[in-house]
Amino acid sequence: MISALRLPICIVAALFATTAFAIGPEEPFADPVLEAEYQALIHEVRCPMCQNQTIADSTAPIAADLRRELRELMGNGASRDEAARFLVERYGDFVLYRPPFQPTTWALWGAPILLSALGLLVFVRTVRARSAQPLDEELPPS
Amino acid sequence: MIPELGQFALVLALGLALIQASLPLIGAAQGRDEWIALARPMAAGQFVFVAAAFLILTHAFTIDDFSVRYVAMHSNTALPFAYKVAAVWGGHEGSLLLWMLILAGWTLAVAAASRSLPEAYAARVIGVLGIVSVGILSFMLLTSNPFDRLLPAAVDGNDLNPLLQDPAFAIHPPMLYLGYVGFSVPFAFAVAALLTGSLDKRWARWTRPWTLGAWLFQTLGIALGSWWAYYELGWGGWWFWDPVENASFMPWLAGTALIHSLAVTDRRGIFKSWTILLAILAFSLSLLGTFIVRSGLLTSVHAFASDPERGLFILMLLMLITGGALVLYAMRAGRMEAEGGFKLVSREAFLLLNNILLVVATGLVLVGTLYPMVLDAAGYGTVSVGPPYFNTTFSIPMLPLVLLLGLGMHASWLGMRGETLVRKLVPAAIIAVLGGIVLTVVVSRGLDNVLTPIGIIAGLWVVIASFWDPIMRLVRRESRTVPLSRAQWGMIVAHAGVGLFVLGVTVTSAFTIESDQAMAPGDSASIAGFDFEFRGVREVEGPNYDAYEAEVAVRRNGSPVTLLAPQKRVYRVQRNPMTEAAIDPALRRDLFVALGEPLGGNAWSVRIQYRPMLRFVWLGALLMALGGLLAATDRRYRAEQRQAAEVTPGRLVGNTETA
Repeated sequence: MISALRLPICIVAALFATTAFAIGPEEPFADPVLEAEYQALIHEVRCPMCQNQTIADSTAPIAADLRRELRELMGNGASRDEAARFLVERYGDFVLYRPPFQPTTWALWGAPILLSALGLLVFVRTVRARSAQPLDEELPPS
Repeated sequence: MIPELGQFALVLALGLALIQASLPLIGAAQGRDEWIALARPMAAGQFVFVAAAFLILTHAFTIDDFSVRYVAMHSNTALPFAYKVAAVWGGHEGSLLLWMLILAGWTLAVAAASRSLPEAYAARVIGVLGIVSVGILSFMLLTSNPFDRLLPAAVDGNDLNPLLQDPAFAIHPPMLYLGYVGFSVPFAFAVAALLTGSLDKRWARWTRPWTLGAWLFQTLGIALGSWWAYYELGWGGWWFWDPVENASFMPWLAGTALIHSLAVTDRRGIFKSWTILLAILAFSLSLLGTFIVRSGLLTSVHAFASDPERGLFILMLLMLITGGALVLYAMRAGRMEAEGGFKLVSREAFLLLNNILLVVATGLVLVGTLYPMVLDAAGYGTVSVGPPYFNTTFSIPMLPLVLLLGLGMHASWLGMRGETLVRKLVPAAIIAVLGGIVLTVVVSRGLDNVLTPIGIIAGLWVVIASFWDPIMRLVRRESRTVPLSRAQWGMIVAHAGVGLFVLGVTVTSAFTIESDQAMAPGDSASIAGFDFEFRGVREVEGPNYDAYEAEVAVRRNGSPVTLLAPQKRVYRVQRNPMTEAAIDPALRRDLFVALGEPLGGNAWSVRIQYRPMLRFVWLGALLMALGGLLAATDRRYRAEQRQAAEVTPGRLVGNTETA
């Protein structure tokens, strides 16, 4: 992992001075914005070999490999979207927990809007009809 | 020989269920009293035989009878005794037997507590439950027999899945199933009403306590499952929008809607057909959940296609039961709706909105859960629908639901002036907003999401609005007013639980700090003002596992807080590593430490989390369940029990209400 050397890691190196390892917890980017982007991405990437886990949560070796590759990509200037695209090319849409917006997912992403609109319509129509009806004169006490 | 008796008991239970599902229904239709009278004895007999089968399977587990295939697959001589008992529902066949036992139990409860109902109507309810029993029992006997033999017998068993060797897991499925299966009771009440052809005004009152009962168990079951996932799965999340979780969440959402629409039907006699539809929907979603979890569809569509026997059976059952009920609904529901007006600002309108928003939420979970399966089955590739989708879309119905809840609780039936309602709650809203701002400032560290303060304010608003009436009574010292009924307290407590839940979810998701560290003995990590000192790892031995146990001392400003001992276990039979996180729980914050992998030398990877107000999530769920219990045990239902039934359903009953 040559690129790890390219990272601006002076602060990080100081932190881990006593424990230098080949694998294990990663050294965060010095740029907090970049680190946040990276963290957000790995929390939305599905571990391809696990039951149902993000690569951030998974302890499987493949998850560690993917985290390292993504860190490398983003460290080399790839944006979050570009890094995600790299994963999709290798594993398919399956690897993203946030399904991409494309013809096969239009119904999925349209569902919230459609259902809410339908609900609003039902509400308006029902209240309009009911408020035209006579109120019960004698409402029993609870 | 004994296991064969278990199987025989199931066959007998099926025989009784067949009678229960046919003769009482025909008897009720044709007015034959002697057939109607068969319903209760059949229900009782069925319970006895199912319980016998369940005890026989439990016995086989406790004596390590590995000539029974199911026992050999899910137990081991070294398994602690309590887990041998819990292992009965640790696999597919036993889960179904538990499902069946609980169905028989609910049926027995209905049979025992339905003396005040008209005889023919009670027979129909029990008959409909019998139809469900026939389906589940034949499913077990044809495809999933827990008493199948293994010849030759295994020397030792394959052990219970280590994930499931846990106290919370032991009670999670029974709780969840009490809820899941409990929705069969309102379903049966609804179908029986459809069969009768019209709806007695007392129908809603009969159905309410049963629905509340099922709902409160479902609430507890889901909360237990989430708690278990938090400390057992090892990475500190508490809800993953996993299809298994969604399967239990959908009937809960529909059931919550049902509770509220029943309130309108009970009080006003309107929304009848809608309430019936919700009762059908809630149980159908329970069956759908069973189908999703039990068919193999979860692993992949292809696993389902290669061994479709079980899946197809449940799918057919689902279509028969739901489809049958819906056909009946389409034929009969139209003439049930009654007239009754209400204004835009009224309790009815708020409850209508509650129902619409909850059904939209149910729909979103349904779409998100089934979409990948349908897309894959149709050959359009695989997608994953996970937390980013659900968290984004779910807030669309949920935020308005929570914000309107505080108002809706205080709205009058029929109608009121909006101004009156708003003026009553302005002080509560001001307190919530100010408190929310203070709390956000106190807990926040670098606020970057505008939804966070909104969520905090919404949570506080619901808690304060829920308790507003009792608070005002105290403040004004109104001792002469009528005391709040138990049902009213139930509503207050459950809604306050919703508020605490929202508060907990918002704060914990916005301000959790997690950090993965490489730690060797003597290393320290500082997170959220707490110092975690890693003191090293030692080997420990459990009854059926070996473990590495780390010692992590936690200090704050130099003074000790707690000593945490997370474990990494390897169960001897199944050999898969398990993470046992160590948690220091507190109402204000959880400290969570999980031991990861050895990194060479003396170092280990360690996951440390600081989760503020996580406990509010489960505390909220507990309060919801408590509220359900209070409401279900209100005096008016017990009074109804004592009241002899004189009017047959079918005639519209006038004002026979008692207070």
